[in-house]
Amino acid sequence: MSLLDYFRGDGRNKGSASVARERLQILVAHDRAARDRPPYLPKLQQEILAVINKYVSVDMNAVSVNYEQEGSQEVLELNIVLPESGGRS
Amino acid sequence: MGKTTTAAAMAMGLAQRGHRTAVVDFDVGLRNLDLIMGCERRVVYDFVNVINGEANLNQALIRDKRCDNLYVLPASQTRDKEALSVDGVGKVLEDLGKLHDYVVCDSPAGIEHGATMAMYFADDAVVVTNPEVSSVRDSDRMLGILASKSRRAENNAEPIREHLLLTRYVPERVARGEMLSVEDVQEILSLKLLGVVPDSQAVLNASNAGIPVILDQASDAGQAYSDMVSRYLGEELPVRFLEVGKKGLLSRFFGG
Repeated sequence: MSLLDYFRGDGRNKGSASVARERLQILVAHDRAARDRPPYLPKLQQEILAVINKYVSVDMNAVSVNYEQEGSQEVLELNIVLPESGGRS
Repeated sequence: MGKTTTAAAMAMGLAQRGHRTAVVDFDVGLRNLDLIMGCERRVVYDFVNVINGEANLNQALIRDKRCDNLYVLPASQTRDKEALSVDGVGKVLEDLGKLHDYVVCDSPAGIEHGATMAMYFADDAVVVTNPEVSSVRDSDRMLGILASKSRRAENNAEPIREHLLLTRYVPERVARGEMLSVEDVQEILSLKLLGVVPDSQAVLNASNAGIPVILDQASDAGQAYSDMVSRYLGEELPVRFLEVGKKGLLSRFFGG
Protein backbone atom coordinates (compact mmCIF):
# COMPACT_ATOMS: atom_id res chain seq x y z
CA MET A 1 0.00 0.00 0.00
CA SER A 2 1.78 3.10 -1.16
CA LEU A 3 1.42 6.69 -0.18
CA LEU A 4 0.16 7.43 -3.64
CA ASP A 5 -2.80 5.14 -3.13
CA TYR A 6 -3.82 7.17 -0.17
CA PHE A 7 -3.92 10.43 -2.01
CA ARG A 8 -5.69 8.82 -4.87
CA GLY A 9 -8.14 7.08 -2.57
CA ASP A 10 -8.95 10.11 -0.50
CA GLY A 11 -9.23 12.36 -3.51
CA ARG A 12 -11.77 10.17 -5.22
CA ASN A 13 -15.44 10.86 -4.63
CA LYS A 14 -17.00 9.25 -1.62
CA GLY A 15 -17.23 5.71 -2.93
CA SER A 16 -20.04 3.22 -2.66
CA ALA A 17 -19.85 2.70 1.09
CA SER A 18 -21.69 5.92 1.84
CA VAL A 19 -24.47 4.91 -0.53
CA ALA A 20 -24.65 1.55 1.24
CA ARG A 21 -24.83 3.25 4.61
CA GLU A 22 -27.64 5.58 3.58
CA ARG A 23 -29.66 2.80 2.00
CA LEU A 24 -29.23 0.58 5.03
CA GLN A 25 -30.20 3.28 7.49
CA ILE A 26 -33.50 3.85 5.69
CA LEU A 27 -34.13 0.15 5.19
CA VAL A 28 -33.38 -0.85 8.75
CA ALA A 29 -35.55 1.94 10.16
CA HIS A 30 -38.37 0.76 7.92
CA ASP A 31 -37.90 -2.90 8.87
CA ARG A 32 -37.88 -2.04 12.54
CA ALA A 33 -41.03 0.03 12.32
CA ALA A 34 -42.79 -2.88 10.65
CA ARG A 35 -41.44 -5.31 13.22
CA ASP A 36 -42.56 -3.25 16.20
CA ARG A 37 -46.08 -3.00 14.91
CA PRO A 38 -48.43 -5.25 16.86
CA PRO A 39 -49.37 -8.36 14.86
CA TYR A 40 -53.09 -7.80 15.32
CA LEU A 41 -53.22 -4.66 13.16
CA PRO A 42 -54.39 -6.23 9.88
CA LYS A 43 -57.15 -8.13 11.66
CA LEU A 44 -58.15 -5.03 13.60
CA GLN A 45 -58.42 -3.14 10.35
CA GLN A 46 -60.62 -5.83 8.82
CA GLU A 47 -62.96 -5.98 11.78
CA ILE A 48 -63.33 -2.22 11.99
CA LEU A 49 -64.12 -2.22 8.31
CA ALA A 50 -66.76 -4.88 8.85
CA VAL A 51 -68.40 -2.83 11.62
CA ILE A 52 -68.42 0.34 9.56
CA ASN A 53 -69.85 -1.53 6.62
CA LYS A 54 -72.90 -2.38 8.70
CA TYR A 55 -73.83 1.29 8.63
CA VAL A 56 -72.04 2.87 5.72
CA SER A 57 -70.60 1.15 2.73
CA VAL A 58 -66.94 1.90 2.40
CA ASP A 59 -64.12 -0.01 0.82
CA MET A 60 -60.94 -1.41 2.29
CA ASN A 61 -58.90 1.69 1.46
CA ALA A 62 -61.23 3.92 3.48
CA VAL A 63 -59.86 2.58 6.73
CA SER A 64 -56.24 3.13 7.57
CA VAL A 65 -54.65 1.93 10.76
CA ASN A 66 -51.36 3.42 11.82
CA TYR A 67 -49.19 2.51 14.69
CA GLU A 68 -46.35 4.61 15.97
CA GLN A 69 -44.09 4.49 18.92
CA GLU A 70 -42.76 7.71 20.38
CA GLY A 71 -40.57 7.00 23.34
CA SER A 72 -42.67 5.13 25.86
CA GLN A 73 -45.88 6.20 24.17
CA GLU A 74 -47.70 4.06 21.68
CA VAL A 75 -50.05 5.80 19.32
CA LEU A 76 -52.70 3.92 17.43
CA GLU A 77 -54.15 6.09 14.75
CA LEU A 78 -57.40 5.21 12.98
CA ASN A 79 -58.43 7.10 9.94
CA ILE A 80 -61.79 6.40 8.36
CA VAL A 81 -62.89 8.21 5.29
CA LEU A 82 -66.66 8.24 5.01
CA PRO A 83 -68.32 8.74 1.65
CA GLU A 84 -69.54 12.29 1.12
CA SER A 85 -73.19 11.39 0.84
CA GLY A 86 -75.38 8.37 0.37
CA GLY A 87 -74.19 4.86 1.01
CA ARG A 88 -76.53 4.87 3.99
CA SER A 89 -78.79 1.92 4.25
CA MET B 1 -20.66 -15.81 6.05
CA GLY B 2 -18.46 -16.85 8.93
CA LYS B 3 -20.89 -18.35 11.42
CA THR B 4 -19.42 -21.85 11.50
CA THR B 5 -15.84 -20.52 11.41
CA THR B 6 -16.74 -18.27 14.32
CA ALA B 7 -18.49 -21.00 16.30
CA ALA B 8 -15.48 -23.29 15.88
CA ALA B 9 -13.02 -20.55 16.81
CA MET B 10 -15.01 -19.34 19.77
CA ALA B 11 -15.53 -22.84 21.16
CA MET B 12 -11.85 -23.66 20.77
CA GLY B 13 -10.87 -20.34 22.36
CA LEU B 14 -13.10 -20.91 25.38
CA ALA B 15 -11.86 -24.49 25.77
CA GLN B 16 -8.23 -23.42 25.51
CA ARG B 17 -8.79 -21.05 28.39
CA GLY B 18 -9.82 -24.00 30.52
CA HIS B 19 -13.60 -23.85 30.18
CA ARG B 20 -15.43 -27.07 29.49
CA THR B 21 -17.08 -26.30 26.17
CA ALA B 22 -19.42 -28.02 23.74
CA VAL B 23 -20.13 -26.77 20.25
CA VAL B 24 -23.37 -27.89 18.59
CA ASP B 25 -24.17 -27.83 14.89
CA PHE B 26 -27.78 -26.78 14.26
CA ASP B 27 -27.54 -26.92 10.48
CA VAL B 28 -29.48 -30.12 10.00
CA GLY B 29 -29.10 -31.42 6.47
CA LEU B 30 -26.10 -29.22 5.69
CA ARG B 31 -23.75 -30.01 8.49
CA ASN B 32 -20.31 -28.48 8.24
CA LEU B 33 -19.09 -27.83 11.74
CA ASP B 34 -17.48 -31.28 11.91
CA LEU B 35 -15.56 -30.43 8.75
CA ILE B 36 -14.34 -27.08 10.09
CA MET B 37 -13.38 -28.78 13.36
CA GLY B 38 -11.59 -31.55 11.47
CA CYS B 39 -13.56 -34.40 13.07
CA GLU B 40 -15.78 -35.36 10.13
CA ARG B 41 -14.46 -38.91 10.02
CA ARG B 42 -15.23 -39.52 13.66
CA VAL B 43 -18.96 -38.79 13.43
CA VAL B 44 -20.97 -41.83 14.45
CA TYR B 45 -24.13 -40.43 16.02
CA ASP B 46 -25.54 -36.95 15.70
CA PHE B 47 -27.80 -34.37 17.32
CA VAL B 48 -31.00 -35.86 15.88
CA ASN B 49 -30.03 -39.37 17.03
CA VAL B 50 -29.75 -38.01 20.56
CA ILE B 51 -33.10 -36.21 20.35
CA ASN B 52 -34.77 -39.37 19.07
CA GLY B 53 -33.19 -41.48 21.79
CA GLU B 54 -31.21 -43.58 19.30
CA ALA B 55 -27.98 -42.68 21.03
CA ASN B 56 -27.09 -41.04 24.28
CA LEU B 57 -25.28 -37.75 24.48
CA ASN B 58 -21.93 -39.26 25.40
CA GLN B 59 -22.02 -41.52 22.36
CA ALA B 60 -22.67 -38.62 20.04
CA LEU B 61 -20.23 -36.09 21.49
CA ILE B 62 -16.83 -36.07 19.79
CA ARG B 63 -13.92 -35.08 21.96
CA ASP B 64 -11.53 -32.73 20.25
CA LYS B 65 -8.06 -34.20 19.79
CA ARG B 66 -6.30 -30.89 20.32
CA CYS B 67 -8.11 -29.73 23.41
CA ASP B 68 -9.51 -31.97 26.14
CA ASN B 69 -12.11 -29.46 27.24
CA LEU B 70 -13.83 -29.33 23.89
CA TYR B 71 -16.61 -31.53 22.53
CA VAL B 72 -18.44 -31.38 19.21
CA LEU B 73 -22.05 -32.42 18.66
CA PRO B 74 -22.50 -32.83 14.92
CA ALA B 75 -25.73 -32.19 13.05
CA SER B 76 -27.53 -34.83 11.12
CA GLN B 77 -26.74 -34.97 7.43
CA THR B 78 -29.90 -36.54 6.12
CA ARG B 79 -33.02 -35.89 8.12
CA ASP B 80 -35.40 -33.03 7.73
CA LYS B 81 -35.08 -29.86 9.74
CA GLU B 82 -38.22 -30.43 11.75
CA ALA B 83 -36.39 -33.24 13.54
CA LEU B 84 -35.18 -30.58 15.96
CA SER B 85 -38.16 -30.33 18.30
CA VAL B 86 -38.27 -27.60 20.91
CA ASP B 87 -38.50 -30.13 23.73
CA GLY B 88 -35.78 -32.33 22.26
CA VAL B 89 -33.37 -29.45 21.73
CA GLY B 90 -34.16 -28.07 25.18
CA LYS B 91 -33.40 -31.41 26.80
CA VAL B 92 -30.09 -31.87 24.96
CA LEU B 93 -28.98 -28.32 25.76
CA GLU B 94 -29.94 -28.77 29.38
CA ASP B 95 -27.89 -31.98 29.60
CA LEU B 96 -24.96 -30.30 27.84
CA GLY B 97 -25.21 -27.41 30.26
CA LYS B 98 -24.74 -29.76 33.18
CA LEU B 99 -21.47 -31.07 31.77
CA HIS B 100 -20.07 -27.88 30.29
CA ASP B 101 -19.39 -24.28 31.20
CA TYR B 102 -20.23 -23.04 27.73
CA VAL B 103 -22.40 -24.44 24.98
CA VAL B 104 -21.79 -22.78 21.62
CA CYS B 105 -24.64 -23.21 19.13
CA ASP B 106 -23.72 -22.88 15.47
CA SER B 107 -26.81 -21.52 13.76
CA PRO B 108 -27.59 -22.12 10.10
CA ALA B 109 -28.22 -19.17 7.82
CA GLY B 110 -31.69 -17.80 7.37
CA ILE B 111 -34.61 -17.50 9.73
CA GLU B 112 -35.98 -21.00 9.42
CA HIS B 113 -36.43 -23.71 11.97
CA GLY B 114 -32.78 -24.61 12.59
CA ALA B 115 -31.86 -20.99 13.22
CA THR B 116 -34.79 -20.34 15.52
CA MET B 117 -33.92 -23.48 17.49
CA ALA B 118 -30.28 -22.43 17.79
CA MET B 119 -31.24 -19.13 19.36
CA TYR B 120 -34.37 -20.07 21.27
CA PHE B 121 -32.58 -21.17 24.44
CA ALA B 122 -29.66 -18.74 24.17
CA ASP B 123 -28.28 -16.52 26.91
CA ASP B 124 -25.85 -14.71 24.62
CA ALA B 125 -25.99 -14.22 20.88
CA VAL B 126 -23.09 -13.36 18.62
CA VAL B 127 -24.39 -11.84 15.41
CA VAL B 128 -21.83 -12.51 12.69
CA THR B 129 -22.04 -9.84 10.01
CA ASN B 130 -20.05 -8.94 6.91
CA PRO B 131 -19.67 -5.30 5.93
CA GLU B 132 -22.11 -5.76 3.09
CA VAL B 133 -25.68 -4.47 2.73
CA SER B 134 -27.56 -7.77 2.60
CA SER B 135 -25.63 -9.20 5.50
CA VAL B 136 -26.26 -6.15 7.69
CA ARG B 137 -29.94 -6.18 6.85
CA ASP B 138 -30.22 -9.91 7.62
CA SER B 139 -28.47 -9.31 10.92
CA ASP B 140 -31.00 -6.69 11.85
CA ARG B 141 -33.79 -9.13 11.08
CA MET B 142 -32.10 -11.75 13.24
CA LEU B 143 -31.95 -9.20 16.05
CA GLY B 144 -35.68 -8.74 15.73
CA ILE B 145 -36.21 -12.49 16.07
CA LEU B 146 -33.80 -12.69 18.99
CA ALA B 147 -35.77 -10.01 20.76
CA SER B 148 -39.16 -11.59 20.21
CA LYS B 149 -38.97 -15.34 19.67
CA SER B 150 -36.59 -16.65 22.29
CA ARG B 151 -37.40 -18.44 25.49
CA ARG B 152 -36.21 -15.41 27.42
CA ALA B 153 -38.58 -13.18 25.47
CA GLU B 154 -41.49 -15.58 25.99
CA ASN B 155 -40.84 -15.77 29.74
CA ASN B 156 -40.34 -12.02 29.99
CA ALA B 157 -36.88 -12.73 31.34
CA GLU B 158 -33.84 -10.56 30.86
CA PRO B 159 -33.26 -10.36 27.11
CA ILE B 160 -30.52 -12.27 25.30
CA ARG B 161 -27.22 -10.39 25.41
CA GLU B 162 -26.42 -9.47 21.83
CA HIS B 163 -22.91 -9.01 20.47
CA LEU B 164 -21.69 -7.95 17.06
CA LEU B 165 -18.84 -9.68 15.29
CA LEU B 166 -17.79 -8.21 11.98
CA THR B 167 -15.95 -10.64 9.72
CA ARG B 168 -14.31 -10.41 6.30
CA TYR B 169 -13.25 -6.85 7.04
CA VAL B 170 -10.89 -5.23 4.53
CA PRO B 171 -9.39 -2.03 6.00
CA GLU B 172 -7.95 -0.97 2.63
CA ARG B 173 -11.37 -0.99 1.05
CA VAL B 174 -12.90 0.82 3.99
CA ALA B 175 -10.22 3.50 3.68
CA ARG B 176 -11.09 3.90 0.02
CA GLY B 177 -14.77 4.30 0.88
CA GLU B 178 -15.69 1.07 -0.86
CA MET B 179 -16.76 -0.90 2.16
CA LEU B 180 -18.93 -0.13 5.17
CA SER B 181 -16.76 0.68 8.15
CA VAL B 182 -17.06 -0.93 11.54
CA GLU B 183 -18.54 2.34 12.83
CA ASP B 184 -21.15 2.33 10.06
CA VAL B 185 -22.27 -1.21 10.86
CA GLN B 186 -22.27 -0.57 14.59
CA GLU B 187 -24.30 2.57 14.15
CA ILE B 188 -26.88 0.88 11.94
CA LEU B 189 -27.29 -2.15 14.18
CA SER B 190 -26.58 -0.34 17.48
CA LEU B 191 -24.91 -3.37 18.99
CA LYS B 192 -22.00 -3.91 21.32
CA LEU B 193 -18.93 -4.77 19.27
CA LEU B 194 -17.33 -8.06 20.23
CA GLY B 195 -14.69 -8.03 17.54
CA VAL B 196 -13.61 -7.45 13.99
CA VAL B 197 -12.02 -10.26 12.01
CA PRO B 198 -10.10 -9.18 8.93
CA ASP B 199 -10.68 -10.91 5.63
CA SER B 200 -7.81 -13.35 5.66
CA GLN B 201 -6.34 -16.20 3.70
CA ALA B 202 -5.79 -17.86 7.07
CA VAL B 203 -9.53 -18.55 7.40
CA LEU B 204 -9.58 -20.51 4.15
CA ASN B 205 -6.35 -22.31 5.03
CA ALA B 206 -7.80 -23.28 8.39
CA SER B 207 -11.04 -24.63 6.98
CA ASN B 208 -9.14 -26.47 4.26
CA ALA B 209 -7.16 -28.24 6.95
CA GLY B 210 -10.00 -28.70 9.44
CA ILE B 211 -8.29 -26.61 12.10
CA PRO B 212 -10.19 -23.82 13.86
CA VAL B 213 -8.49 -20.61 12.71
CA ILE B 214 -7.99 -19.47 16.29
CA LEU B 215 -5.22 -22.08 16.56
CA ASP B 216 -3.29 -20.23 13.87
CA GLN B 217 -1.97 -17.59 16.22
CA ALA B 218 0.51 -16.34 13.63
CA SER B 219 -2.41 -15.09 11.55
CA ASP B 220 -4.37 -11.86 11.90
CA ALA B 221 -7.69 -13.73 11.88
CA GLY B 222 -6.49 -16.13 14.58
CA GLN B 223 -5.44 -13.25 16.79
CA ALA B 224 -8.65 -11.37 16.12
CA TYR B 225 -10.67 -14.41 17.25
CA SER B 226 -8.52 -14.70 20.38
CA ASP B 227 -9.27 -11.08 21.17
CA MET B 228 -12.94 -11.72 20.62
CA VAL B 229 -12.98 -14.62 23.09
CA SER B 230 -11.12 -12.51 25.65
CA ARG B 231 -13.61 -9.70 25.23
CA TYR B 232 -16.49 -12.12 25.56
CA LEU B 233 -14.98 -13.24 28.86
CA GLY B 234 -14.88 -9.66 30.06
CA GLU B 235 -11.47 -8.33 29.10
CA GLU B 236 -11.21 -4.86 27.65
CA LEU B 237 -9.06 -4.96 24.55
CA PRO B 238 -8.60 -2.46 21.75
CA VAL B 239 -9.87 -3.65 18.37
CA ARG B 240 -6.95 -4.56 16.14
CA PHE B 241 -6.56 -4.92 12.38
CA LEU B 242 -8.72 -1.92 11.56
CA GLU B 243 -5.99 0.15 10.02
CA VAL B 244 -4.32 -0.05 6.68
CA GLY B 245 -0.63 -0.85 6.42
CA LYS B 246 0.14 -1.97 9.93
CA LYS B 247 3.87 -1.71 9.29
CA GLY B 248 4.22 1.56 7.42
CA LEU B 249 4.66 4.46 9.76
CA LEU B 250 4.26 6.89 6.91
CA SER B 251 1.07 5.38 5.62
CA ARG B 252 -0.43 5.34 9.07
CA PHE B 253 0.49 8.98 9.40
CA PHE B 254 -1.37 9.88 6.25
CA GLY B 255 -4.13 7.34 6.59
CA GLY B 256 -5.18 8.85 9.92
